[in-house]
Amino acid sequence: MARAATNRRKLVLTLLAWTVGIAMFFPILWTALTSFKTEAEAIASPPSFLAFHWTLENYAEVQARSDYFLHFMNSVVISLGSTLAGLLVAVPAAWSMAFVPGRRTRDVLMWMLSTKMLPPVGVLIPIYLLFRDSGLLDSRIGLIIVLTLINLPIIVWMLFTYFREIPGEILEAARMDGAGLREEILFVLLPMAVPGIASTLLLNVILAWNEAFWTLNLSASQSAPLTAFIASYSSPEGLFYAKLSAASTMAVAPILILGWFSQKQLVRGLTFGAVK
Amino acid sequence: MGEIVLNRITKSFGDVSVIPPLDLTIADGEFVVFVGPSGCGKSTLLRLIAGLEDSSSGAIRIDGKDATALPPAQRGLAMVFQSYALYPHMTVRNNIAFPLKMARMDKAAIDRKVEAAAKVLNLTSYLDRRPGQLSGGQRQRVAIGRAIVREPTAFLFDEPLSNLDAALRVNMRLEISELHASLGTTMIYVTHDQVEAMTMADKIVVLNAGRIEQVGSPIELYNRPCNRFVAGFIGSPRMNIIEGAETGGQAHAIGIRPEHLALSTDSGHWAGTVSVSEHLGSDTFVYVQVDGVGTLVARAGGEFPVRHGDRVWLTPQPDRLHRFDAEGKAL
Amino acid sequence: MATAHSRAAARLTMAPAVVLLLGWMLIPLAMTLYFSFLRYNLLMPGTEEWIGTLNYQYFLTDPAFFTALGNTLALVGGVLALTVCGGIGLALLLDQPFWGRGIVRLLVIAPFFVMPTVSALVWKNMLMNPVNGLFAAVARGLGLQPFDFLSEAPLSSIVLIVTWQWLPFATLILLTALQSLDRERLEAAEMDGAGAVDRFVHIILPHLARAMTVVTLIQTIFLLSVFAEILVTTNGGPGNATTNITYLVYSLSLLQFDVGGGSAGGIVAVVLANIVAVFLMRMIGRNLDL
Repeated sequence: MARAATNRRKLVLTLLAWTVGIAMFFPILWTALTSFKTEAEAIASPPSFLAFHWTLENYAEVQARSDYFLHFMNSVVISLGSTLAGLLVAVPAAWSMAFVPGRRTRDVLMWMLSTKMLPPVGVLIPIYLLFRDSGLLDSRIGLIIVLTLINLPIIVWMLFTYFREIPGEILEAARMDGAGLREEILFVLLPMAVPGIASTLLLNVILAWNEAFWTLNLSASQSAPLTAFIASYSSPEGLFYAKLSAASTMAVAPILILGWFSQKQLVRGLTFGAVK
Repeated sequence: MGEIVLNRITKSFGDVSVIPPLDLTIADGEFVVFVGPSGCGKSTLLRLIAGLEDSSSGAIRIDGKDATALPPAQRGLAMVFQSYALYPHMTVRNNIAFPLKMARMDKAAIDRKVEAAAKVLNLTSYLDRRPGQLSGGQRQRVAIGRAIVREPTAFLFDEPLSNLDAALRVNMRLEISELHASLGTTMIYVTHDQVEAMTMADKIVVLNAGRIEQVGSPIELYNRPCNRFVAGFIGSPRMNIIEGAETGGQAHAIGIRPEHLALSTDSGHWAGTVSVSEHLGSDTFVYVQVDGVGTLVARAGGEFPVRHGDRVWLTPQPDRLHRFDAEGKAL
Repeated sequence: MATAHSRAAARLTMAPAVVLLLGWMLIPLAMTLYFSFLRYNLLMPGTEEWIGTLNYQYFLTDPAFFTALGNTLALVGGVLALTVCGGIGLALLLDQPFWGRGIVRLLVIAPFFVMPTVSALVWKNMLMNPVNGLFAAVARGLGLQPFDFLSEAPLSSIVLIVTWQWLPFATLILLTALQSLDRERLEAAEMDGAGAVDRFVHIILPHLARAMTVVTLIQTIFLLSVFAEILVTTNGGPGNATTNITYLVYSLSLLQFDVGGGSAGGIVAVVLANIVAVFLMRMIGRNLDL
């Protein structure tokens, strides 16, 4: 009896949870489906779910018409470049905060976090003008610089929370064994922190990939990553649902898959270790 | 060679003084144990010698050279940490080889030394494992191996046995003593366990609140503790301390070790009632509620058949009495 | 717990990050502050002159500012309320035993990884469009008049889109917190006679307080500067109906090329964000044990 009641309860919960799950996922699913339709089928009423003529021509056309691959590479270079540059600066900083904490470490960490709260519009104009005058506007390197800076506090924080879990005695042992600072970090700390560094990398690639204030304002045709490229579809002449869907699917799919893999680290990273 | 001299060393964290001015000379080849209750500054003192902390003032000379401002790596010391501090991502071989690699030694020489150390420590068949795959005792030996390959001026041990179970601890204690006998290198060993101190040390340094209470050989400390703190800390069970009328007026307090109290079931100096008796077979510890004095512990060799509530008499050996003044100093 | 050597090393290793962030914060901010006291329009180069606080007077008395302020608050507040409440509900649901938990979890968190421009375009065109959108088709199928979301209820529509993006985040964090709740505590409460509602109010909610704080804090940081969703869907319109402070400053600066006015707006935005930040940092400081 109890077993039957439990099973009935589980069935109801399953139905409810799947309904909610599919509802949340639906816009993505619908976009992916539409990307395989012809333009006519994409706006057909009533819309068809699966019974349509599946085609890949939208993908080919998006690439042919607007050089999708260029923008994809821009996204890859900018998100990966800014994350690696950020790690380069953040690893030494996080090392010192985690292993040589001083009276002001906490204040520095809080201050770094507070720079994340600076509204980007507060500095939009100077950055725009500085970039215009130094030729960084619409360049990958310019976007890498900006994204490195805006994500640096998060990278430092995440690394700090991971480093903090590594016993300091092991680094002291390395120091006793004759390791200099460089060797201590390269040969002892980093290999031990590989999982933490990997999730920091992953999360920041995701954040940089989806960043849509600076990429929209500082890039035009050449350096535009996918965020800005997709935004160009909002203009009326770009309104081809199937092609928009194809472009969107390609822009979202790689990062969605990365994100699914990193969902555990995501919580920890985004909450600065406050929720594990 | 491995002489270490501390000259007016002090350490304070902010306004808190952890170690007041302290002098100590450790002779070459000596096995010195720093012992004291937790928070007495013994680990801090070891870290000052290691160079993992800066002293606030004073000087440290190692092997005749001023090492006060040298970074840890240049002091020629090796340290075995409480947590062993093995590199979890390296094999045993690479753990032991690490200090040699840092010293830019050539590869053939490194291999030779690692093999030799592994042989001494019975680690040869574990060289390609990682620390996570080893038992506590094996990890401990890897940590020691990492220390001996460097052929340091002196070894520093920071409570190295506290993470091992009791049986293993006795074994490792012997191994470390044997190692010291065969290498003849200066060793400084920190522990809160007076048994380790008594069994291993050539010289014991008893620390309390950052101050050195007494320095001496284990037997000196046992026989002639210079104050009540040392008297209470060395020896187990603790020395009985009696204050008040029983002291006979010549001292503020008298002390007598449990093994120096003769037990009798019919007559003696103090009469009392047994509250607890612990029968170990080899010894019997009897906790006696003495009329007008308080609880005294007595130790009888072999079995002494008494139970809770029995009347017993205790008699101190007069030549084994310790007398202390009001400040706790031995008279 | 360190030596002079390691402290010196610490200062050295910390320096690049601190200098970079300090530069990133101070240099542009000082420039914005300076520009905000100038008459400075990119279309009229060479006419820059010091005009004192005139830009601020214009910006702060512009009705668009009050609309934008209200819209910003409505957007942040609305999305926060929906995501926190929805997140608690979803977390409780996903914490129950059912078949396919792992997959449903993946489905629910997916929207978080969709870039803002894509989600805005997908919602605007494929779902909310009154002619070709799916919602319109469904409405017609039910015999109803299609609803033009972005014209009739523009701000609510944007709140809906942004909520869809952030609900996964809130759910994931609250779920993680929920799973760290000691089951025995719930069982003890049940033994003590607490019903489901009592257990939720007295045990589960207090346990989630910290996670709720964190969700509020982090989302506020991002929600204050929602931009792409507005740019792509409504361009701040109709009128100023969906213009928030971020979008207002953007449109002054880069659409009307009024650098002076835009800078004044930027400074106002910074001041407002700081008021929120002080409050938030207090909260986070208490909740993050360092």
